[in-house]
Amino acid sequence: MNIEDYQKVAQLYQDYAAVVDAADWDSWVGMFTEDCIYKVQARENFDRNLPMAALSLDSKNMLKDRIYGITETIFHDPYLQTHIVSAPRIQNVSSNVIESQANYAVFRTKNDGIAQVFNVGRYIDRLRLTEQGVLIESRICVFDNDMILNSLIYPI
Amino acid sequence: MSNESLIPIKEVWNHADTSRIPFWAYTSKDNHQKELENLFYKNHWCYVGLEAEIPEAGDFKRTVVGERSVIMVRSESGEINVIENVCAHRGMRFCREKHGKAKSFVCPYHQWNYALNGDLQGVPFRRGVKQDGEVKGGMPKDFKPSDHGLTQLRVAKRGGVVFATFDQEMESFEDFVGPEMLHYFDRMFNGRKLTLLGYNKQRIPGNWKLMMENIKDPYHPGLLHTWFVTFGLWRADNRSELKMDKHHRHAAMISTRGAAGKNNETTNVSSFKESMKLNDPRFLDVEVEPWWDGPTAVMMTLFPSVILQQQVNSVSTRHIQPNGHGSFDFVWTHFGFEDDTPEMSERRLRQANLFGPAGFVSADDGEVIEFSQEGFEQKPFHRSLVELGGREVEDTDHMVSETLIRGMYEYWRKAMGV
Repeated sequence: MNIEDYQKVAQLYQDYAAVVDAADWDSWVGMFTEDCIYKVQARENFDRNLPMAALSLDSKNMLKDRIYGITETIFHDPYLQTHIVSAPRIQNVSSNVIESQANYAVFRTKNDGIAQVFNVGRYIDRLRLTEQGVLIESRICVFDNDMILNSLIYPI
Repeated sequence: MSNESLIPIKEVWNHADTSRIPFWAYTSKDNHQKELENLFYKNHWCYVGLEAEIPEAGDFKRTVVGERSVIMVRSESGEINVIENVCAHRGMRFCREKHGKAKSFVCPYHQWNYALNGDLQGVPFRRGVKQDGEVKGGMPKDFKPSDHGLTQLRVAKRGGVVFATFDQEMESFEDFVGPEMLHYFDRMFNGRKLTLLGYNKQRIPGNWKLMMENIKDPYHPGLLHTWFVTFGLWRADNRSELKMDKHHRHAAMISTRGAAGKNNETTNVSSFKESMKLNDPRFLDVEVEPWWDGPTAVMMTLFPSVILQQQVNSVSTRHIQPNGHGSFDFVWTHFGFEDDTPEMSERRLRQANLFGPAGFVSADDGEVIEFSQEGFEQKPFHRSLVELGGREVEDTDHMVSETLIRGMYEYWRKAMGV
């Protein structure tokens, strides 16, 4: 992989973190391909090949529906997210498709609270280099927490 | 009388019926200990898992009954044992794996070895050591391994679902559930083998009973769960019934989705947006299954430990695992049936996006439980109000009633002696 492409990929990881931390949901949806996969899955399920996931979306339209849900219909305590995302680990490059992973930690801060470690895990990704830039074809957020702290509303 | 004069709080039920629930029922540590004793460790069958989780001999899963760690394991002969995860020697919780395969259980501390049914089969240095031709140390001569097994729970299986109890005097599972609820239990677990789809787990900072109440409360879905209403899955005029067992401890909320569209009832409950369409309608790609025999949703509470969910094609068990008076772990086990097509499995998984800790509708429930507990803690001398549909306890043929919650507390008062 050439250094320009690596830079694009590294930038995507940090842009993604910035976008979800800013709750800029239109931009979040815009980072995915039309037929994308987005999952938030407990490591227990992932390691045992159990298909269940806390969130399992398999089209960009489902991502839009999720955003409608979190902004219009789901009642929840408001909270802020801060993501810390490691440098990507490139695993495989073939023509325009890149398989890569990165570790993440998400801190949650509620209105009256202090920051808590909310979700820790790794992104398992398939990215596509396109004329519009790098897009996410598949992102599986595999989290270590055995328990989600009550509810998980915003994308990770 | 000022509220402050009610402190310290007397844990008495100072209301004639159960249309008021004192907040101390959710905030008292002593009361919680008594609940564990009276509701989880005696007189009740508690959910432990599905047979599909441990299909082969030696397969085990670690879980809990109330707050006691137990292991559900399949023996060589195919039987299911449930044993307590506390070594008979020094009391260590020896099993640390969440699931696995074992030929026997060994406590690492002193290598005491137990058969899969909990019988003690090996104690290192039981007969001491030989030194200079003399036997030194070891267990006393009258030490009998058969007196020192792991605590073995009684086990009941039905339709692939496993329940256990510490109570050796316990009535049968069928009597415990009662014929009214057994009907709905058997409807879902009708003998077909279950397939395990996986887990969702969340820690909810609220009293465990609030989750039982949530599934005995048909008042909230159309109001709190805006998503249900927005996309036409919940309507106040759906044909529905509320049913209980004779003790009023278990209950089922049974509803049948009507024709889609707008009418007065839905407009009353919330802003029904007729024009709202899902960008991806596959979230609600419902296929009617023959076993439903009519109802599109049956939500069942088997007191005190489990909720059995059928919401259209999404089926799961939801295990309530208390940890203290103000918190519980809520473990969802999603499953399918052996004769599911790949498309049906996909459908069940896709519809699971509605449920669980991130679900379009269930995320709301965890949040309101947390905030209810906050209210109880700040005002423990107060009480909540439960009189929608009257103050009596009775089955109904509509959803506009809190009768199931009143029924549960009628039973709770008897079981707790308050």
